[in-house]
Amino acid sequence: MSESDSPQESVALGVGEDVSTSLAQEQQVRSDSTDLPIFAVRDLSVKYGEFRAVRDVTLDISEHEITAFIGPSGCGKTTVLRCLNRMNDFIDSAKVEGRIDYHGVDLYHEDVNPNEVRRRIGMVFQKPNPFPKSIFDNVAYGPRLTGGMSKVDLNDLVEQSLRRAALWDEVKDRLKASALGLSGGQQQRLCIARCIAVQPDVILMDEPCSALDPIATARIEDLMQEIKKDYTIIIVTHNMQQAARVSDRTAFFTTEMNTESDRRTGVLVEYDTTNKMFSVPSDERTEAYVTGRFG
Amino acid sequence: MNGLLAVADLSGDPRRRSHDRRMQQLLGGSAFMTIIISTLILFVLARGSIDFFRSIGWDFGVLRDSSKAPGWFPRRERFDLVTIVMGSVLMGSIAMLVAVPLGLGTAVYLSEFAPTRVRKILKPIVEVLAGIPSVIVGYFALKFIAPNIVDPIFSPNQSRNMVVAGLAIGVLVIPIMASISEDALRAVPSSLREASYGIGARKSTTTIRIVLPAAVSGIVAAFIIATSRAIGETMVAAMAGGRDGSGPRVLDPFKPGLTMTAAMTNAAGGTDQVNSGAPFQVLFFVGFLLFMMTMGLNVIGDRFVQRVRQQY
Amino acid sequence: MAIVTDSQRSATRTQVRHAITQQKRHFPSIALSVSLLIAVTFTLLTLFSLLARIVTQAIPAFSERGVSFLSGTIGSEPDQVGIWPGLFGSFAIGIGVLLIAVPLGLGAAIYLEEYAAQNRLNRFVVINIRNLAGVPAVIYGVLGLIIFVGWLKPVTNGGTVVAAALTLAILVLPVVIITGMEAIRAVPMGLRDAGYGVGASRWEVTRDHVVPYAMPGILTGTVLALARALGEAAPLIMIGAITGLLPETSLSGKFTAIPMLIYSWSGRPDSSGGNIGWSNAAAGAGLVLLALVLVFNIIGIFLRNHFEAKRVGT
Repeated sequence: MSESDSPQESVALGVGEDVSTSLAQEQQVRSDSTDLPIFAVRDLSVKYGEFRAVRDVTLDISEHEITAFIGPSGCGKTTVLRCLNRMNDFIDSAKVEGRIDYHGVDLYHEDVNPNEVRRRIGMVFQKPNPFPKSIFDNVAYGPRLTGGMSKVDLNDLVEQSLRRAALWDEVKDRLKASALGLSGGQQQRLCIARCIAVQPDVILMDEPCSALDPIATARIEDLMQEIKKDYTIIIVTHNMQQAARVSDRTAFFTTEMNTESDRRTGVLVEYDTTNKMFSVPSDERTEAYVTGRFG
Repeated sequence: MNGLLAVADLSGDPRRRSHDRRMQQLLGGSAFMTIIISTLILFVLARGSIDFFRSIGWDFGVLRDSSKAPGWFPRRERFDLVTIVMGSVLMGSIAMLVAVPLGLGTAVYLSEFAPTRVRKILKPIVEVLAGIPSVIVGYFALKFIAPNIVDPIFSPNQSRNMVVAGLAIGVLVIPIMASISEDALRAVPSSLREASYGIGARKSTTTIRIVLPAAVSGIVAAFIIATSRAIGETMVAAMAGGRDGSGPRVLDPFKPGLTMTAAMTNAAGGTDQVNSGAPFQVLFFVGFLLFMMTMGLNVIGDRFVQRVRQQY
Repeated sequence: MAIVTDSQRSATRTQVRHAITQQKRHFPSIALSVSLLIAVTFTLLTLFSLLARIVTQAIPAFSERGVSFLSGTIGSEPDQVGIWPGLFGSFAIGIGVLLIAVPLGLGAAIYLEEYAAQNRLNRFVVINIRNLAGVPAVIYGVLGLIIFVGWLKPVTNGGTVVAAALTLAILVLPVVIITGMEAIRAVPMGLRDAGYGVGASRWEVTRDHVVPYAMPGILTGTVLALARALGEAAPLIMIGAITGLLPETSLSGKFTAIPMLIYSWSGRPDSSGGNIGWSNAAAGAGLVLLALVLVFNIIGIFLRNHFEAKRVGT
């Protein structure tokens, strides 16, 4: 594992001064190194109204790794993922219990601003969802929100983000064109670039390839390997081969009959290195799922 | 390179945060305004009604004129409610006699029979009809319906009468009847129609036996909402209805009559204008009754519309 | 398997062909088609004769008077009157409605779709708005008479065009809110997710993504509301719009509006003398009102297309 690596290069994005200073400040915070995981999830339960979607999830997520959440439909893996950057706030009936610490801070503390959380913990969604704006404006949208960036810096940042997302060569001549004119795979990489442009710490991916063809999927998977040295990635996937290919660790969720409400509730079955999960899982439900006998 | 953050690191830019909160308060304030408006309407009508009853010394007898020639004569302190309620009901009924067959027929044609090309032209035309201001329909009633249709056929004593106004109000509510019914008909899933065609039924059988019954809630909603609109219509009733407070008790629709709405405009700025005392204040009481009647109809109609939404 | 001769086969074929190609006269089908066609024809005929009536009656007013029919003032001679005070009043009312009802209505629509939690209070607010949309116009007139002409006299100076604009703005507010809510509801969730995903606040997502995407629908609602406000006369009667003499137009004095002129003029008897009677003057004003309503609809369609092109991002 790469936990003991030196602080990431501040020129990760190689952009102008403002950006590097803000990265440098971030490292000040990060350099008080301890061995804490980036996310410490403890006894997480989520209810939608009376319905308990997932219960008692406890897991730690390490930095600069790709963690995959797998499991059958309705097992709560997306729900857990959306808790990690508070995207569940938008569902009125959703109620989150338990605790999620991010770098030691309780994400659900009342003084925590969910917008700031989402800036640090970016998200890529199931369906590519570019804004109906130009390619440039899509990537520049996040950085512009905080303001205070010169035009030159912004141009640099957009270029670097598109390069990181392996999209630059395809779009550099038509940055002013509508993002909706891109192919599905390109749109998804644009969404990754847009996410990278706000210089997050973590990227959450909710089945990012489910709407894409195999070639576009392969490009996204390569991209994930590329950028994992700079970001922590958590991916929800239905595709077990994908989890096996890209992830360092895998968490397997499944559903359990809830005795009180007669509905199914998601639970975390097993969480370990991907190698172990796919070769010698310790729980027989995991084994049944990864070998395709169930799910 | 794990590190600790403090809560403050995740609390974000306080300026953006407070801006967001201010916007939320502003937007919430505009939504809340609508409650204030409703409250004010109720308050104004209720207070005015109380003033009216105080002016007539809480003598409810005046609201039911039992003299030989009963009627609505505010300046003579005769407020026979039956006269104006009957006026509204009569003109509203004539209007619905026009609007139901024409509006529903247009809706059925648009949704079930019209080829796409015809529909594309016809639908906007119906929408144009919906946008025609009621004063213009009032003009049409006075200068076309009365002299060219009603007078030659029925030769009434006066060309401004309840039939003329009722027909014109009907024209005004055709588009309401048509568009709400059409929405309901189009909400009927095409699988139902296909099932009927699949066993060899004709288009007419399918329309009458399958589609119309399936859309009945929406058609009832259209009827109720159009009725409410017809009863609330003011300009046509005032311009073409004759504004005669002695009329409708006789139940002859070819006589001039007075609706609740026209009685209100009379009290405020028309022939009965006085601006104080019972003859003026009565407009609040009539307004209150009208408000309650139309709101009752709208609530019931809305419930039918919701039922359509839940069904499909 | 039975042996079928060629002649038998061809007999069956003829029978089947006969059965599926024959057009039987089915009385209910014909009756339904005929009555539907009659209904549609009548509806179209009504619209057509209404427009024809207005146009033919309006021709004398325009051909004899020309521009002076638009620029002249109201009075007691049908061949002398002009509609300028009405144009002024209607124009001021239109501006007032845009300035008041659109921001207020849009704000409420945004709040109810983007911010409001699904609770009882907010459900009640929505039901209340739907009810307000069905309240007869004349009742808004009563509200305007008491609130804007009476209570707010220091602001409106009584029954002025300011009071009229406020009253009609309140009248069309529910239309603006309901159409705005529908437009906002049609914005795809993914667009909001994308905005929140890069750390935008609720207001930033609303301002940058939701409202621009919903703009065509919002504009359509605005145009509908404006057209409705311009055509209403009943509330104006209630708050005391005048129809007699109006020597000068101002924001702080007595006022009138085009629908009031149509209302008043079409009620006056036509004397036999003169080329232009009251019904011609009323039709002239009616034609102007119809043209205004139509122009607003065209502007609305134009703006909608413009924003739709922008939405695609060209």
